[in-house]
Amino acid sequence: MTGFGLDAVYGALMPEGEDFLGIQDPYELFQKHEDMVLLNDKPWNMEAQAHLLNDYVTPASKMFIRNNGLIPQKIDLENWQLTIDGESAITQKKYSLADLKNNFEPYTYHLTLECGGNGRSEFNPPAKGNQWTVGAVSCAKWTGVRLRDLLEDVGVKSDAVYIGYYGEDSHLSGDPSKKPISRGVPITKAMLEETLVAYQMNGEDIPLVHGFPLRLVAGGWPASASGKWLTRLSIRNKVHDGAKMGGASYRVPCKPVAPGAKVLDENMCIIESMPVKSLITYPKTGAILSGNKNLKINGHAWAGELPVKQMEYSIDFGATWHLCKLKQPTNRLAWQQWDVEVNFPQKGYYEVWAKATDSSGVSQPTILPGWNPKGYLNNACHRIAIQVS
Amino acid sequence: MKKNLHKILKYLFNITFFLFFVVVTLLGITLFLHHKPTWRLSSEVTKEEKSTEQENRVAVDGKDIKTGLLDDKGIEVVIFNCTRCHSAKLITQNRANRQGWLAMIRWMQSSQNLWDLGENEKIILDYLEKNYAPEKQGRRKNLSNIEWYKLD
Ligand code: HEC
Repeated sequence: MTGFGLDAVYGALMPEGEDFLGIQDPYELFQKHEDMVLLNDKPWNMEAQAHLLNDYVTPASKMFIRNNGLIPQKIDLENWQLTIDGESAITQKKYSLADLKNNFEPYTYHLTLECGGNGRSEFNPPAKGNQWTVGAVSCAKWTGVRLRDLLEDVGVKSDAVYIGYYGEDSHLSGDPSKKPISRGVPITKAMLEETLVAYQMNGEDIPLVHGFPLRLVAGGWPASASGKWLTRLSIRNKVHDGAKMGGASYRVPCKPVAPGAKVLDENMCIIESMPVKSLITYPKTGAILSGNKNLKINGHAWAGELPVKQMEYSIDFGATWHLCKLKQPTNRLAWQQWDVEVNFPQKGYYEVWAKATDSSGVSQPTILPGWNPKGYLNNACHRIAIQVS
Repeated sequence: MKKNLHKILKYLFNITFFLFFVVVTLLGITLFLHHKPTWRLSSEVTKEEKSTEQENRVAVDGKDIKTGLLDDKGIEVVIFNCTRCHSAKLITQNRANRQGWLAMIRWMQSSQNLWDLGENEKIILDYLEKNYAPEKQGRRKNLSNIEWYKLD
């Protein structure tokens, strides 16, 4: 791999074990910014805060971590292989990392990856799992081969329905026969130009915790569809049935339900494109303005498979809304930058609320959207507090 | 005289050897117990190990230092059964009523290799229901924990 010696790789590779005191510093281990928030240390789960996400291209140090199992203990680059197989594969092929880099055209896209459970902490009754607030989202620059090119190289039968991924992470229980997670995307999403089998992030090797050396990247969908430490892709003739494809995992009630309702498995549907959403990434919440009643604010907006067509803010709890300047994305599925200058009419406590609208006219709700058992898809308006004194 | 010296030396040698053997064995046992691979399921864990876990616990401000769990009746059973695969942070982050906690346990049992908890299930549920119950909250909370700072 370029610029990432094997030693460095192995050196970074003891994350799961505890040292003698049972202490490990994830900030050092994964080189994360000190303002990142640790949600769980086994498995590792960490999120950003809104103000950390101000860069258009999210650096590795500010990218959230969602692990379902344990990071692979050993990465053998020489012998790393990606196998493509499955009921709907015409042939079965294996590719080394060199094959992927040398024999296929590389593509680079800015791709928004948001955890399906981002915002979970706000649901009522509380939803199960890591209690993400707003920071489980990123938009980095991913480089790799198009999944479509690989699928065409193998040959896809006409009955193909889904691509299922398998990675090298291991189950928390230590049971070698279990996978912590094995999800994927429908064949239609797999065939889109921007769906990558990536070997680089932001122009460098993908950091270990984010999937080194190979990751499926399906921008605009729950990030759990983007399998890390990728070793196998199965072209399925049915909806993939790997770990966390069923039950309440990454699924929501097909029809709206009352908060706290019990929902049967057969009435749950897989989350596909993520909903429209935005963040105020500057200033950090809690700013006290003295005298100066004008404030420039900015952030990002994204809408899963769709572009964002309008961005608005409110400083009166949604009573009136004002337009922001909104940029075009670098490419499809990248988040879009917005900014505006806000004028506060008098001294006092304000909340700035941000609301994006996607190309089909759907906007973010100002209160929580529909409750679901695992607390996915909270795209309620982001809010920051401002004091004018 | 010479014979006696020989005897004494032999005796000393035997003692040294024996002590060496004891130390190595103890070291081995300690390391083995300390290592505790997760894949040794609950049934394989000895009573002694369980009681060591209880004795070594330290609580400050009502919280167990090592796990962050609220110190209350049943905590040993919770630590013992619920922190072997993942950290207790997964518990302390979550809130649910008894039925909700039971549903999570059933889900882990059916899909994540969690074992049958037997009579401990009631102890665990009593603990979780009491200490990690949902708070009443509306459709959206006030912003809180704001760290105010000057911006110019
Ligand atoms: C045999 C392994 C194992 C044991 C033992 C175990 N769990 Fe889990 N638990 C898991 C796995 C795997 C997950 C999913 C982790 C993830 O997605 O990050 C999980 C998730 C959870 C969650 C989050 C629920 C969700 O829907 O994501 C909670 C809460 C939890 N466990 C509580 C407990 C409690 C309480 C106990 C003790 C009765 C326990 N666990 C024991 C394996 C285990």
